[in-house]
Amino acid sequence: MAEAKHSEHVHHIKPYSPEFETMVPTGIVKFLRTCVIWQFIRFIIINIKMLIVVQKSHH
Amino acid sequence: MARVVVMGAGVSGHTASTFLKKWLGNEHEVIVVTPNSKWNWIPSNIWVGVGQMTKKDVTFDLAPVYEKAGIDYKQAKAVSIHPEGGEKTDKPYITIEYTDPSKAGETEEVTYDYLINATGPKLNFAATEGLGPDNGYTVSVCTADHATHAAEEFNKLKDRMRKGEHVKILIGTGHGMCTCQGAAFEYIFNIEHELRQAGLRDKATITWISNESFLGDFGIGGLHIKRGGYAASSKLFAESLFAERDVSWIIGAHVSKVEEGKVHYELLDGETGVEEFDFSMLIPPFAGVGLKAYAKDGSDITDTLFAPNGLMKVDADYTPKPYEEWKASDWPRTYQNPTYKNIFATGIAFAPPHLISKPMKSPNGTPINPTPPRTGMPSGIIGKTVAQSIVDMINGASEPTHHASMAEMGAACVASTGKGLFNGTAAALTVYPVVPDFEKYPGLGRDLDYTFGEIGLAGHWIKHILHHMFIWKAKLKPGWALIPE
Repeated sequence: MAEAKHSEHVHHIKPYSPEFETMVPTGIVKFLRTCVIWQFIRFIIINIKMLIVVQKSHH
Repeated sequence: MARVVVMGAGVSGHTASTFLKKWLGNEHEVIVVTPNSKWNWIPSNIWVGVGQMTKKDVTFDLAPVYEKAGIDYKQAKAVSIHPEGGEKTDKPYITIEYTDPSKAGETEEVTYDYLINATGPKLNFAATEGLGPDNGYTVSVCTADHATHAAEEFNKLKDRMRKGEHVKILIGTGHGMCTCQGAAFEYIFNIEHELRQAGLRDKATITWISNESFLGDFGIGGLHIKRGGYAASSKLFAESLFAERDVSWIIGAHVSKVEEGKVHYELLDGETGVEEFDFSMLIPPFAGVGLKAYAKDGSDITDTLFAPNGLMKVDADYTPKPYEEWKASDWPRTYQNPTYKNIFATGIAFAPPHLISKPMKSPNGTPINPTPPRTGMPSGIIGKTVAQSIVDMINGASEPTHHASMAEMGAACVASTGKGLFNGTAAALTVYPVVPDFEKYPGLGRDLDYTFGEIGLAGHWIKHILHHMFIWKAKLKPGWALIPE
């Protein structure tokens, strides 16, 4: 039952459909996308990475 | 005193004109010619298009901003360029036609020492019969007014769904030669999110249609991201998102005709098909705005300044060659016109040397491939770079001093879903460089340390911050020049 709950987002996928042939996120990935503490850490990291890309783009 | 005329006040033109005025001061003159009275933060039009923002939230009046900056603002459309002057003068000039209601229809000749063409694109809805909100059957989010109309139509659709009707939604690109897949990508997932929030998701079949040969091409030939010990293709990540959100896809598609409730398309394998819809947002192809150019004797030299698609020729290598021979060095660095050295083109207005994605045709000869995206961050950086070069040239430099090749430039893109701070997510993506350089980065074409992407709240917060930060910057509020492009 717990397994079914964490995979609700893939229940609509039919075998051998194009959706079946690609990767889909697992429950933990879905959870981390909206976990505020984890996302705050990612917010800092993504901002730093983006600033580096911006800095590397000005000549 | 030198005079710099900037045609256009979008991301690129506004960035160029405001930095020019800041660096040149009152010693020199900066004139902006744009048919629009308002500045528009276009990325947030997506939120307008689902009713989460209004036109007022994403636009502001240009006149008071330019007055504060000391920029001469002419609300008019540029009609022609006379780079050698004309009968009455040897000084180069442009002709303009006012759209300002108080002078509507009046024309004027505006001389210049330096000219920046930052007119952006013509939204070429006419390229596909039945496309677009004005003379067709699809909506658009390309302007704030279009997005407002899209939100109204979306609301009507939701009312039908609340009464129990099952509807078909079709979103993507409206021609085989479109760019801006990212905008359509963001819009489709905002529509999906809004329906989920409204408890109506089960009453809609949502389909993506695009000219990409694979999902995740985005007009830049796709990209790779490090994940789980692999450098994984954007195809996997894009397909994953579509699969997870139950959105089906039609790719490699040239939309040939739109009728009421029906889209006709041709695929890369030559097959044709019809997709029905109750609500459709399809991005139009872009073209140049139709500027003409004349020599001193009045002869037409439009072909000298512009490529056949109406975009301006700059310092790119336009020699036709096959995809296998394309190089990063084909891409322009200074954006200076090769014939008239005091003319530059920035943002969407410059003619790319070729596509970034691999050119493809159906067996019938129909080109079906994304054209190169030049919006957002590249547009802003190019505008600022050209401004820096012109300032140095006014101060004595003989040639442009700064460069901004899209093959040496990164881009950050945030495609958000929803608007709430805790219930939305976004795909935050950076790519470096925008144009893959297979000589410098053999195999995958890009630096994997600076090409990354992930989905989550963090990207969504960044999208919110970008919205407020760039409107702050464009309004020239305190510290505006410190905010990077």
